[in-house]
Amino acid sequence: MAIDMSQYMDIFLEESKEHLNILNENLLELEKNAGNTSSLNEIFRAAHTLKGMASTMGFEDVADLTHHMENVLSALKEGILTVDSQVVDVLFQCFDRMQFMIDKLESLGASNLDNSDLINMLEDIQTGNFDPNIKKYSAVVEENHEPAEEKHVIGFDLNSFDITVIKEAIMAGNNIFYAHISVDKDCMMKAVRAFMVFKSIEEDGEIIKSVPHVQDLDEGKFDSDFELIFICTAGLEEISQRIKSISEITVTVTEFDDSMLTTVDKDVTSKKVIKNLEVAEESDAENKHAPKARKTVRVDIERLDMLMNLVGELVMHKGCLEQIGATTKIPQLNETIEQMDRISADLQSVVMIVRMVPIEQVFNRFPRMVRDLAKELNKEIDFIMEGKETELDRTVIDEIGDPLVHLLRNALDHGIELPENRIAAGKPGQGTLILSAQHEGNNVYIDVQDDGRGIDSEVILAKAIEKGLISSNEAQQLTDNEINRFIFAPGFSTSSQVTDISGRGVGLDVVKTKIESINGDISIETKPGQGTKFRIKLPLTLAIIQALMVSVKDEIYAIPLSSVNETSLINQSDIKVIQNQEVIILRGDVLPLYRLKHILNVPGEDIPQAQMYVVVVRKGDYQIGLVVDTLIGQQEIVIKSLGKILTGIPGIAGAIVAGDGNVRLIIDITTLF
Amino acid sequence: MMEKESQQVGVATQDSTEIQVVVFRLGKEEYAIDILNVQEIIRVLNVTRVPRVEKHIEGVINLRGNIVPLLNLHTKFNLDTSGLEDEKRIIVCQFDEIKAGIIVDEVLEVIRLGDSDIESVDNVYTSVSADQIKGIAKVSGRLLILLDMKKIIIGETSDQGE
Repeated sequence: MAIDMSQYMDIFLEESKEHLNILNENLLELEKNAGNTSSLNEIFRAAHTLKGMASTMGFEDVADLTHHMENVLSALKEGILTVDSQVVDVLFQCFDRMQFMIDKLESLGASNLDNSDLINMLEDIQTGNFDPNIKKYSAVVEENHEPAEEKHVIGFDLNSFDITVIKEAIMAGNNIFYAHISVDKDCMMKAVRAFMVFKSIEEDGEIIKSVPHVQDLDEGKFDSDFELIFICTAGLEEISQRIKSISEITVTVTEFDDSMLTTVDKDVTSKKVIKNLEVAEESDAENKHAPKARKTVRVDIERLDMLMNLVGELVMHKGCLEQIGATTKIPQLNETIEQMDRISADLQSVVMIVRMVPIEQVFNRFPRMVRDLAKELNKEIDFIMEGKETELDRTVIDEIGDPLVHLLRNALDHGIELPENRIAAGKPGQGTLILSAQHEGNNVYIDVQDDGRGIDSEVILAKAIEKGLISSNEAQQLTDNEINRFIFAPGFSTSSQVTDISGRGVGLDVVKTKIESINGDISIETKPGQGTKFRIKLPLTLAIIQALMVSVKDEIYAIPLSSVNETSLINQSDIKVIQNQEVIILRGDVLPLYRLKHILNVPGEDIPQAQMYVVVVRKGDYQIGLVVDTLIGQQEIVIKSLGKILTGIPGIAGAIVAGDGNVRLIIDITTLF
Repeated sequence: MMEKESQQVGVATQDSTEIQVVVFRLGKEEYAIDILNVQEIIRVLNVTRVPRVEKHIEGVINLRGNIVPLLNLHTKFNLDTSGLEDEKRIIVCQFDEIKAGIIVDEVLEVIRLGDSDIESVDNVYTSVSADQIKGIAKVSGRLLILLDMKKIIIGETSDQGE
């Protein structure tokens, strides 16, 4: 049995996290708007599902806690208790504990937490002892339980289509019924009984929805209960008689009305059990099913990587084929190649899309974090998130969370002022913090914007001079933007510096480094007294990038286009030497000039040339000229790792397999020099 | 099933601990590696040089879309190459997730070695450092140096890690 369960551990964890997310979102919603019944229903449903899943898996601590939460929630739902901040706080605590337990389950595979503190709190809430000020509870605690009945109810996940059908049927004046059918435990042929029920309804009716699915019922893949919603021209009495005439089943038929849409799906426990049974029969345990409402399949990210690799190879071989086609000049071959070209391009974009996930995954945890932090700091924050649906490659998503946490914390802690200070400054007491994401071309921009006190560039400049980052002479020529960039300098601002920007720059260098490591960029706009906006620019994906192919002697290298500013043809006479360092002057800027041949020790003789190509690359805030022999062109490349033996070579970011089948290396500008 | 078969073969030759090795030539010396470590043997492909790495890393090759580093044991062990270009091969070895190829001057044969054929290294002097050698095998008057490919390849990863 233990082994059986471990198979479902992944599913359990994955789905638990989903439900925790739902719980979190709706708790926040509920806190904002205590009368929001739909949030309450969602919370109840999520807690209930978690309870079911946890007890199926034998995680009693989770199940027990959720069970008690459920009691309180159901009391809230029925209006026996009212939603207030104390209750929400306790619910939040439960949520935290659950998250903790799930994390523990994930890392250790077991969790045996004593949650009696929370359970006591929940029980006190329920009985009203938690806070004597609340008086509306006392009446009917008993009624909340109804455990025996609930256990047999299977939940409905009605999608919008089902609801439309039901509504249309109601409008058309048809009768809609809801039937709960239990097949006797010792019935040998459950599927046949189910079939007979169907048959009898379909005499003059139509089944809209069945849980479990009709197909599963047909194959007998259900415990003993199933539920149906159906349209029927016959009356309630007639239809229930007709169904009851089938032997070995017990049935309850009721008229279906709108209100059931929200209340029917109370218990998803048995549904989970059935789902697990289903999975057990499939030999491939990895075949994970997402929740039913969404038609999705969970796929291991590794498989997607494999798919990506294969597509990469296909594209590469298509390249070879194109070359053959160009030399042989056979019309039919070329036509076929053109077709293949189109298909492989489509395939590539589809695979790319498959790897994309909405940034929601990262954003979802922020409202809670902001709420807690704001409470802690006694600040009033209106936290707005925009563009949650913006999609990014999975690899980027994994990396972006920490930097965003950092920026949000910064904004809350140092950006937005205390309410009294804000009002004194003529601003509304509640600060606004906006986190937004949007697509633009091949990039995604994420903005973290606050309407706080902003940063005074004079103060930054003074600090930069004090820190010796710049001389006071140079400082006079800097633009505001250039000055602002200083706050990304390592160790620029530390807690020891007590000014009104103290702490504002702590760790921002880390944020910058992190973002640059995934080929992104971060910039800042700030106005004293009006607020600060951090803008992060990210590539859509890390797996496929645009690169400039260049050659040096016999070797070809790829330079990521994200680090290339421009290319230029220069004369030998343009090169000046300052302190043994070759430089060129490009539109008034002095750029150091390096020869790629020397940097990478490319074999072959130096042949002095009158003219040479320079690729102007960006390393942090600086521009550097790289001398190459020829510019081959721009190309979309699929990045491959060099493997464990060759990791961490300075200046080399990875490799690609070029169209001719040769391996070419990708230059990493940040570590090249 | 497979296991049973190999055991039976073992019994037939009266030596249950025998191994199969691929014998190849580096310069004038003959070396051998356990066939279980060998993924495949291929002709020499286009090798892309990798800058800023140790000399004995010849470069990387494209093995059906996978990038595989190539070690040059000649450089590592300080041997000369000899023989025809056409006879050179790449032996691709794999340990867990790590794959690497070695260039050899010629692949000679696959033979079986019993325990008794292999002598421990302490007694012998070679240009290869002793911990990368499993032993020396004496087969009908020939001396085969039995390399510990695992140590050689895994050793590369830790070198680079520092």
